Parts: sequence; structure tokens; C-alpha cells
Amino acid sequence: MYISFSDRARTTDVPSSTPGKTGAKVSATVVALGLVSMLTDISSESVAAILPLYLTSVLGLSTIAFGFIDGLYQGVSAVVRIAGGYAADRTEQPKWVAFFGYAISALARIGLLVGTGFGVIAAVVTIDRLGKGVRTAPRDALITASSLPENLGRSFGVHRMLDTIGAAIGPLLAFLVLFFIPSGYNVIFVVSLAFALLGLVILGLLVPNLSRRPLAATPAGAANAVRAVAVPEVASEVGLEVGPEAPVARPRFRWRYLNDPRLRRLLLVAGIFGLLTVGDGFIYLVLQARSSFAAAWFPLLYVGTNLAFLVCAVPLGRLADRFGRLRVFIIGHGALLAAYVCAALPTIAALATIGCLVLLGIFYAASDGVLAALASQYTPDGSTASGIAAAQTVVALARLLASVGFGFLWFALGRESAVLIVAALLAVAIPAAALLLRPYLARPRVS
Amino acid sequence: MAPLGLRARWTVVTVAAIVLFGAAAAFGIAAFSDYQRQQAKPSGMLTAEAGSAGIAAVAGSEADVARIVFRNTALGADYGFVAAVPLTDPRGARVVTDVSCDRVYATNEYEMCLRVNRGVVTTFSADLLDGNGALVKSWPLPGMPSRTRISADSTLVSFSAFITGESYSTIGFAIATQIAEVNGPDSGTLEDFALTVGGKPVTAADRNIWGVTFTSDANVFYATAASGGRTWLVRGDRAARTLVAVRDGVECPSISPDGTRIAYKKVVSTSPTTTWTVAVLDLATNEEVVIPEPNSVDDQVEWLNDSTVIYGLLRADDSGASDVWSAPSDGSSAPTLLIEHAWSPAVIR
Repeated sequence: MYISFSDRARTTDVPSSTPGKTGAKVSATVVALGLVSMLTDISSESVAAILPLYLTSVLGLSTIAFGFIDGLYQGVSAVVRIAGGYAADRTEQPKWVAFFGYAISALARIGLLVGTGFGVIAAVVTIDRLGKGVRTAPRDALITASSLPENLGRSFGVHRMLDTIGAAIGPLLAFLVLFFIPSGYNVIFVVSLAFALLGLVILGLLVPNLSRRPLAATPAGAANAVRAVAVPEVASEVGLEVGPEAPVARPRFRWRYLNDPRLRRLLLVAGIFGLLTVGDGFIYLVLQARSSFAAAWFPLLYVGTNLAFLVCAVPLGRLADRFGRLRVFIIGHGALLAAYVCAALPTIAALATIGCLVLLGIFYAASDGVLAALASQYTPDGSTASGIAAAQTVVALARLLASVGFGFLWFALGRESAVLIVAALLAVAIPAAALLLRPYLARPRVS
Repeated sequence: MAPLGLRARWTVVTVAAIVLFGAAAAFGIAAFSDYQRQQAKPSGMLTAEAGSAGIAAVAGSEADVARIVFRNTALGADYGFVAAVPLTDPRGARVVTDVSCDRVYATNEYEMCLRVNRGVVTTFSADLLDGNGALVKSWPLPGMPSRTRISADSTLVSFSAFITGESYSTIGFAIATQIAEVNGPDSGTLEDFALTVGGKPVTAADRNIWGVTFTSDANVFYATAASGGRTWLVRGDRAARTLVAVRDGVECPSISPDGTRIAYKKVVSTSPTTTWTVAVLDLATNEEVVIPEPNSVDDQVEWLNDSTVIYGLLRADDSGASDVWSAPSDGSSAPTLLIEHAWSPAVIR
């Protein structure tokens, strides 16, 4: 932990002199936000991993009952996501809106310790996901505000890497506890609460409430950004509003700021892509049904995807900064296309299964953080959280529709045909997206 | 209030980390030593000589003595291990084997053991064991074990498991069921069998099949099929690879030893959570009798004899605790406790 923060000293020195260099370090705030996400993901994924086991073997509940929670929260989550982004922009308090989202998720864990029964579990899972909906956009806005525009892809890459490490550690930790204490569900709930609370403490104390991004194009802006990182409280309380260094007044949030033609087209493309992203679950099911290797390792397939995601997040984020974020975003969907084709291949050997998981990981690394970086790039200061929320909501809703639609295709036409149809549509959508976004596809100019 | 300096903030974070993880670790250590103490303690249930390798060891040297095999759920060192009691004295001393299963079924020759192989990477398997507890065959499972059966002549096995894993919540409820020959090939997943309801094929995406029960005809079995929130009792044909719905609202069928009746669980209420009761269908007259069981039953019923059904019941007041109950199959009287601290019973005649 200290090693990452030791970058802080260099951060204060480097970017002010060479703001345009992509070799500049990621800000300490981004690392802190990454740690918060990592701790929170350890917390939520450790519980999520053992929940089916807990419900069936301890509470004696039918797994059918658990499956139906899902549809309930999806729609609500999209609404609160927009609300979270809007609240962050409107109040100019992205940190505290995010804090609220993290806090209600953490407090929901207490419910697991005091209550048993289906109602309690359903409430905990729902509140946890609502909290996730609220916090995501304000947090991504904070990442934007504490990164130099030239390094945005890398910052999101670092954040998503830490986040995914948390998602990988959580289930391992939970099963490790169960390995030593087979009935130790309460221990997992307590450990989960501890991780969530520590995440809250770090967010509360080490993350500044930045609601404007640094203006790296001017040395003054870069200096301002650096100061904001180094002295958080001063930057947020003085620098932004009344500080003599503040070069321009922070623009107020306006819905019409989200009317940028670049953002509109990005949302359109993200929506189209979302409609053709059927969800890992289905891919795993296709693999499971067709490959004995995948069937044997079915409960662990997601680990492979997560590993590839966390390994590729930073390199692809950096590539996005240098080579062009839109290019990486669009080409990244080529990895998804390849994963579909791989899953529908006539024969699936173990190697193909692994290849499919790696491709999915690459797809996430090239699309998740990069989309947030793009959305914030296309929205003015003061509207970033709403812009990011809009993009993420479009994707979430489109993917929900995709899952429903794919379910119909699946049995109407059969597994392989369904996958191949979606793959064919995606093969058309990728060049179409490139055409739609052509005016903005240029390689970023390195100053 | 003056804002804290960076050093002070880091101090607070460090202290918070120590306090939070310290508390969690203390809780974990306490739970671990509790668990160890419990493991060391005798279970409180009367047990016969320990260390028996397999179910064959039960009831002395005579392997063909009638008995009930089940999962022992008495807290203590033997929790989760397969145990057996003589059919003539189900409340007497239980023999605990050293085979551990989450779901078990047994015949004179074999034992089907569905397992959660806990570890840092947790996997699931269906293991076929012989009478001495030696592994004969093993199949990987996609998730949490559900039901298992062996045909009366010990030639066929079936097993159901939930398709869980990380993606679980995005897919919703899904279950995979397979029938395999002990000395032959697998029939593959039953989802690939052609399902018809009222003469019309059902090909919906949410089709699920589970809870197989074998008949005396090796080609014919019964199971549950579900789609669109409805469930059916289906009659399966292994050779034709078909499933034909014969009745609505039936889950986890179990055919009586004489083949004349089917016992199953049926939904009595869906709010706030689903509750089931046990019913028995006469195949000749198509008449249904409901067992007067006040609690919700989530189990695949087993037949003690041609006129008695038995099933596991969770204790409402004590999470994780369960007993096996028995009731006359004509619904004439209330269920009675058969075996304390037991789950997943199988009768070996």
C-alpha cells in the first residue's frame, strides 16, 4: 500500500513540468479510489460467492427463490445510477454521493449478521446493488477529476485492475474460511463487513472531493491539479471556489451539456454494442454444454475472465491514451466477437475454452474503463458524473435487453446458431460504429 | 475543526485497519476454536463402532440386511458423513461411515454421493462408490448438488445440480440433470430430451429437468420438468429420448417400490417464499392424497415400504439442523419423527 503512495511525491513533481507525457504516474487519489473499490469488491464478492451455498445448505431455501431477486434490481439500479450521477454534479459533492453509495452497501452487510431468511437476504442483495448503482458514476467522475486528461485511460485502467483484484480475492477468501470452518458463514459476513468499513474509512479520509478536472493544457491547470491531489482539503475547499489560482469559474451542471454530438454518438454506439453483449453467463453455459473441460471447471470460469481483465486493464488503458480511446473501445469489441466465434467453434478443446475466457477479459479491459474515460472526455466539467452515468446506464439497459433477447434466440434456434447470429451482427456493428464515430477516431495528439 | 493533516489521516486509516481486521480475525479464531471443540465432542447420537469404510459395514457382517442410509447431521465430528441404521430399529445406534456427502442415495451395491469439494477453489462432483466406499465413477457437477437416485437393480444412476458459479444471478435458476449407466455411456443432459406438454413440444429457453425416479423398466423413468413458472410430472423414455408431461404441479417424484404410486412435493404457497407439501398419486386411479404435514418439505421423498413415505425436514428454529420424518402414504395420520439429525434418506431393502 505504501509503495503505491510513495508515487505521490513524484506525482507532485513530474506532471507540472511535462503535463503531456503519457509516462506520468497515476494520481494517488486514483490509487486510493482503486483501493476503496478493491476492498468493497472483496467484501461483496466474498458474500456473493457463498450465497447459493448458504441459502441451500444453511437456510434450507430453494435456489429458485434466489434467482428471482435479479430482475427486481436491474431496472432500479439503472435509475439510481442516473440519480447518483446527477446528484454528484448538482451538489458538486461527488465524493460524498459516492460515500453514501458505499456506506449503504456496507451497512446492508450488518443485516446478514442479525437476520436469516429469504426476506433479509433479498433486502441485503438489493441494497448492496442499489449502493453500487449510486456510487459508480460519482466515483468515476472523481477519477476523471484527479487525472490528467492525457492519462485518463491509464487511470481508469489502474482503477479497474484494483477493482478486479478485489473481485478475484473475495471468493477465494470466502472459500478459504469455509475450508477451515465449514459452517463459518458468520465469519465470512464479519470479514466482509470489516473490508467494507475499511473501504469507507479510506474513501472518507484519503480521497479529496474534486469536482473539476485539471486543465493540463495550461501549466496553471496542471499545477492546480497537482495541488488538488497533494492537499485535498485545501484544494476542494479553497482552490475551487475562492482560491486566487482558480482560473475560471466552474460551470454549473446543465442537462444540455450532455448534448455534445460526440457524447450522443458514443451513447448510440455503446447502446448498439450493449445490445450485442450477451453476458458471460451465457458464454459459460455454451462452453459448459460443449466442452468437458469447461463443464468440469464451470464454477471457476469467471476466475479466468477476471484474471485476463486485471492483467490487461492497465496496458489497454495506456494504449487507449496513446492510440485513441475510441479506437481501442471499438477494436475491443473485436475481442468479444472472437470470444463468440471461439465458443461456437465445431470442436472445443481445453485451450479454446481458456482462449475464450482470455478474450472476454481483454474485451472488458478494452471497454469498461475506456467507456468511462470517453464519456467524461466528451462532457464538460461539472457534468462529468451525469455523462458517465448516462453511458453506463445505456450499456446496462442494453445488456439487460440483450440477455432477454438472447434467451429467446437460444431455444428458438439452438445454442450455436444463437451465438453465431449475435457474432454476425457484431461483425457488422463494429465497422458501422467505426463509420459513425469516424470524425473522432483520430489518434490523440501528443503535445 | 481544523482538517487533519495527511500523516494524521494515514494514522487513522492504519488504526482503523488494525481494529477492523483485528476484530474480524478474533471473531474468526473464536469461531474456529468453537468448531474444533464441537468436532472433538461426541455427537450426542448413539453411534456404533466407528471407522467403518462403507455402507456395507452397517449391521454387522451381513451386507444384505435392510437398513436406512442417510446423511448424518448431528453436530460433532461425524457431521456430514454417511450413516446408517437398521430398518428394524431406526432410532437405535447409527453406524457412521467415513464417506462425507452433501446428498446421498444408496442401494445394496452402490452409493451415489454428491459432494461440494470445499477448498480455495471449490468444485462439485457426483461420485459413485461401491459398498466399501471405493470410488467407481465420478462426474463433475456445474454447481450445488440437488438430487440423486440409483435404480433398484443398481444399473442406472441420475443426479441433478444447480448451475451456479459467478454468473448465477444473471442467468437465474438453472439446473442440470443427467442419467448414466453404471457400466455404460451417459445419456447426456435431460434438457436435450424432447419435452411435450399436452401433445405440444416445449422448447422454451427456461426449460429445466430435475428429480429423476427410476421404474422397474430400465427404459422408463419419471422426473420434474419446469418452464415459465409451471412444473410437470414427466414420463421419460431413455431410448426415444422423450419426456411427456402426465400431470401438473409435481416436483421431485419418487415411485413406490411396487410401482403403483408416485410421491412428490407440490407447491402450497408462493408468498413470501415457496412452501411445499408432500402428496401421493395413485397411478391407476389418478387420485391424489395430501400428507398432513404442517411444515414445508423441500426434499425428494423416499419410500420406507409400500405404504410409508419418509423425507427430510429442516428444523425451523435451528439453521442447518434436520430430521427424517415418516408418514403413512394414504394421508391417514400425522407424520412422526423417524430419525433424528438426519438428511437425504435412502432405504436398502
